[in-house]
Amino acid sequence: MLRFFKGFTLLFFLTSILYAEESKVRGLLELIMTSSGNEQKESLVELSNYSDPQIKTIVEAWRKGDVYSFTKNGESIVVQQTNSGFERIKDGELLIIEDQSSLKKNRPSRRIRKSLKKIVDTADLIALDPKVRKEAVLKLGLSQNLSYLDDLRRIFKNELDPSVQKVFRESIAICLLAHGSDQEKLSAIEELGILKSVTAIDFIEKIVKNAPESLSDISLEPLLKDKAEMAILKIKNHQSILDFFGNLFRGFSLGSVLLIVSFGLAITFGLMGIINMAHGEFIAIGGYSCYVVQNLFASWFGTHSVGFELYFLAAIPVSFVVACLFGFLLEKSFIRFLYKRPLESLLATWGVSMIMQQSFRLVFGAANVQVNTPDWLIKSADFYGVAMSYSRIFVVGFALMVILMTWLLLSKTHLGLHIRAVMQNRKMASSLGIPVSKVNAMTFAFGCGLASLAGCALSLIGNVGPSMGQAYLVDSFMVVVIGSVGNLLGAGISSFGIGIFDQYLQPVLGPVMGKITVFFIIILFLQWKPGGLFPTKSRSLED
Amino acid sequence: MLTLFDNKKEIIGFIITFVILIFLIPFLNAYPSEESLFHVSNFKISLWGKYICYAVLAMSLNLLWGYTGLLCLCQSLFFAIGGYMMGMYLMLMIGDRGAYKSILPDFMVFLGYQDLPMHWKPFYSFWFASGAVLWVPGLVALVFGFLAFRSRIKGVYFSILTQALTYAACLLFFRNDFTFGGNNGFTDFKEILGADINDALTQRTLYIVSCLFMVLVYLLISWILNTKFGKVQQAIRDSESRVRFSGYSTTHYKLILFVVSAMIAGVAGALYVPQVGIINPDEMAPAKSLDVVVWVAVGGRGTKYGPIIGAIIVNMLKSYTTQAFPESWLIILGFIFVFVVLLMPDGIVGLPNTIKKWRQNGFQSLRFKSLIKRFI
Repeated sequence: MLRFFKGFTLLFFLTSILYAEESKVRGLLELIMTSSGNEQKESLVELSNYSDPQIKTIVEAWRKGDVYSFTKNGESIVVQQTNSGFERIKDGELLIIEDQSSLKKNRPSRRIRKSLKKIVDTADLIALDPKVRKEAVLKLGLSQNLSYLDDLRRIFKNELDPSVQKVFRESIAICLLAHGSDQEKLSAIEELGILKSVTAIDFIEKIVKNAPESLSDISLEPLLKDKAEMAILKIKNHQSILDFFGNLFRGFSLGSVLLIVSFGLAITFGLMGIINMAHGEFIAIGGYSCYVVQNLFASWFGTHSVGFELYFLAAIPVSFVVACLFGFLLEKSFIRFLYKRPLESLLATWGVSMIMQQSFRLVFGAANVQVNTPDWLIKSADFYGVAMSYSRIFVVGFALMVILMTWLLLSKTHLGLHIRAVMQNRKMASSLGIPVSKVNAMTFAFGCGLASLAGCALSLIGNVGPSMGQAYLVDSFMVVVIGSVGNLLGAGISSFGIGIFDQYLQPVLGPVMGKITVFFIIILFLQWKPGGLFPTKSRSLED
Repeated sequence: MLTLFDNKKEIIGFIITFVILIFLIPFLNAYPSEESLFHVSNFKISLWGKYICYAVLAMSLNLLWGYTGLLCLCQSLFFAIGGYMMGMYLMLMIGDRGAYKSILPDFMVFLGYQDLPMHWKPFYSFWFASGAVLWVPGLVALVFGFLAFRSRIKGVYFSILTQALTYAACLLFFRNDFTFGGNNGFTDFKEILGADINDALTQRTLYIVSCLFMVLVYLLISWILNTKFGKVQQAIRDSESRVRFSGYSTTHYKLILFVVSAMIAGVAGALYVPQVGIINPDEMAPAKSLDVVVWVAVGGRGTKYGPIIGAIIVNMLKSYTTQAFPESWLIILGFIFVFVVLLMPDGIVGLPNTIKKWRQNGFQSLRFKSLIKRFI
């Protein structure tokens, strides 16, 4: 209770500060609009110490001519015309004005307009959110406008956040490239090299190209070229390291999806010997479950509520259960007749896949459906310059969870023991009293459930449509074959391997050639290790 | 000659089908007037030409799946490659009658080519194209088959790898810079060997050639099955390890069959393209190969005429259902598939036997029974 109370007072305190700032800004703006001469100048200087979104909107309105003034009881009042009526500038209160003819348009003079523009542009430099500050600083830097240089330097001194400081230094250096003295230019280039500023490459290249005109002392040109070369080399090295890690990360997230898909496949195909061509459709079941749960949550909680934001967490168990149920029915209705005929299981499940795919089209339409990523997964984390979107991080974490759960299920539970026994020798397990048909159905349902979990993960980073699973099916079969059929560790290693390999080849060869190359490498790999990564050692013959 | 056939019934059936397909139908297309009851329209002729090409494709798969036990999922790839080879010749025969009035094929003008790529030049010759129809699919099969069979990839793994091959090739052909027209493929053909391709006589000739080729393939397969080679082939299907232990190099047998089957599929594709008038990468999509498997399964796997019956019946059904129930024909096809696999393991050809079995065992072998018991 006490903690709650403390939090509440803090909140109150903060809002009151914000409120106070807003009213102060409004007061200053009114003063600027009504006064002239020294008083106006002083208010302008004071206004530049504030960063409030109101400044921008009101100044914009003033410039466009939406601000009117009139006198009432000897007091002059300034109002802003908005969609809802006339708002008093001083406090934002809505006024009802009967006699509209008394309104006089109030417009800023050219001098005022100029200084206001500067205030608006630099207002974000002192915003509370460091992200807004960074963006504003970079924007001013890239404009290479001399008039902002002093402001940048002045505000830089008060900046405390090291990551924003870095952007300040970068922006000041970029400004100096255009407007500094020769010496300043040289040191700016050096600085940019040290800062490893990717955005600055173009500016450095430009200054080298225009060196004869932009330098006042021509003899410095070779030195400038040397320094620029050094700086660009440094930046490019840095960039390639970033690319490397960025690709690695994206490969990991792609591999994670493949991993979940192929875990399901490794269980139905590797352990049970059933080639489930409808596995891709179970992925789609996962995607569509997310879609349905999202819509349900939207109608229950509204689209902008906290409840709606949590829909994804609810969608995961729902899709798992739905897919398990479908898988269970499928196994009970015909898969169980096909355990001795693996090739024919391929055909029957292909039929099932056609039926399911067309049913999705009939129910949800042939076009992709929109699954919105929840707000808390939209942003991306910046990790030493490598952008990692939260949704991809989530997918990787999710996959690791799935591995852990599957491993626990298979090795620590009673059901897992039964599953492994049945997979090793169906007849022997049966004669020892294990309920084989029940275990089979459960295993198949579990494999399908895993596929739908992959569908959930995919809905975060890809499209949800009737044929969303097809694209992953061929890949995940490859994963299972490479990682040795029935070996979950092999499936894990090979899916990360294929995912990362794919991601590295794609920028070099393009998406299609990358895929084809991966495929040929797989074929060649099988020449070397026909049984995959971890072949099962057995003395028995298959036929 | 007589040793090619199993019994008298087969000879009679063969002769009747031969006469109907090659003499009667073209005759009815050419002579009776259009109002006549017996007239077979030009549309029907090219439709049946298409079915016959599909039937040959199904036979080529049956040679692998039915008699050697290799469920190959890249048969449609060989079919499409054969089609593309013939399509290249047909594209060059358009000459400057295309939309851009250039000697280059339209899509090349569109993509900004200045002159014909080197590998296109020999295709001005019909005979070179015909040769390519045979050796290009054959070469692909040889290389892939050598790699696959050498490392003893078999059963399900073979199916999966061949499907991946089809998938990769399909992606490749979808690319514009692969000089095969990207996703639009080849179309708008004008002439073949100097004859107008849309003329009734040309279409009729193509139909007859397709039928003759089908007969030829039928005889070829019959002949193979009766030789020692064919016996080894069927032994591989039944137990590959035992054949290997008996001293036969199963790799070579499988490789030869794989290449022969690819060539047959290639020729079927080459005959298909001028009759349908279009070839594009959709024709080699992984799903198409599975369609071929359905035809063989429905008709009767491992029988000589089952694939022909299966291909024709499924495609007739497809033509009918896509018109009557465009929304749900995939569902119907899917159910047929599941039904055939579960209850008719020997397809249509084996249906009398299956029914007989049911009767003898008092429906005991009917797999549904235990299922129903369980649920009620």
